Amino acid sequence: MEEQKHFKHPSFYPGDAPETEHPFSLYISVWILLFVLSAFSYAVDLAEIQGYLRWFLVTVFAFLKAGLVVGVFMHMAWERMAFLYAIMLPPLFLLALIGILAVDGAFVYYIRDLFMPLVGE
Amino acid sequence: MSNNQSVSFEHSIPDNLKGLVADWSSDVQTFRVRWSKAMMWIFLVSDTFIFGSFLCAYMAVRLTTIEPWPPTSEVFALHVGGADVPLLLIAIMTFILISSSGTMAMAVTSGYKKQRKKTAFLILLTALGGVAFVGMQMFEWSKLIFEEGIRPWGNPFGAAQFGGFFFMITGFHGLHVSIGVVYLTIVAKRVWEGRYDKLNDYQMVEVAGLYWHFVDLVWIFIFAFFYLW
Repeated sequence: MEEQKHFKHPSFYPGDAPETEHPFSLYISVWILLFVLSAFSYAVDLAEIQGYLRWFLVTVFAFLKAGLVVGVFMHMAWERMAFLYAIMLPPLFLLALIGILAVDGAFVYYIRDLFMPLVGE
Repeated sequence: MSNNQSVSFEHSIPDNLKGLVADWSSDVQTFRVRWSKAMMWIFLVSDTFIFGSFLCAYMAVRLTTIEPWPPTSEVFALHVGGADVPLLLIAIMTFILISSSGTMAMAVTSGYKKQRKKTAFLILLTALGGVAFVGMQMFEWSKLIFEEGIRPWGNPFGAAQFGGFFFMITGFHGLHVSIGVVYLTIVAKRVWEGRYDKLNDYQMVEVAGLYWHFVDLVWIFIFAFFYLW
């Protein structure tokens, strides 16, 4: 019981916990992967892929790269869940902003398309 | 009664400036990381919203322009050996920024191994990559301003809003890189002087690394959404 009373979470005092330490080889493989993914996005432009496929590929490559940078370079993959959620969830609000602006933008474009040519004449 | 309670409070922390500091820095914690790391992350979240708002505004404007958006892969082409290579400078800038992120990750690891000189060298190398990046951005901006005639209020290629968003978004990112270079130089100096050896703690190198990786992270999205989209 006495032990229970003095229970201390292993990382309660962060100074006591071993620091996240990883071999150089991990960073170099991520580094190479980032180059490859950048080359892929560049190739999308060189191949002159247009329309939805272009937007889809560019977005997918960007988010894969972002995941690697945040997860490995910024060590988020090894943080505790309480910290991970506190940092990673708030930016998801931007999705709501994107959704609202996309709907509004489509409407504004429709209105402008309807009336702007008339203004010009 | 209330007096008794305050006396029986475990540490009897005074309710003044000293107490304010004590309350915020006591062992009661949600995030089991050190304050320096948590604070840097919280700053980066707020910065995410700034850049996120910029890119959302850019999306909203690009969705609503009747005039065609300037063809970015032509606007940002470099003339090399008699041919226009699309987005060449941007590709080199991306290469440099990703490389500097790689050297920064290595600096953090070297820091945890308490390798003083290696850490300082790797941080300086990272800062040098940042200087190269900002230099290329200056080259890009002057080319666009003086040769292509792009202004925040108009340009010869299409929708007038292009310049405003380009200068604001890349300018704000460039400012972050510039501040990062100063920040990293200061940290490298402190590593070199052995300040973190005396503390037996290289945490501040990791915190500086977080900032630098974030700058790289923002560039990934600018590269995707502004240059390629």
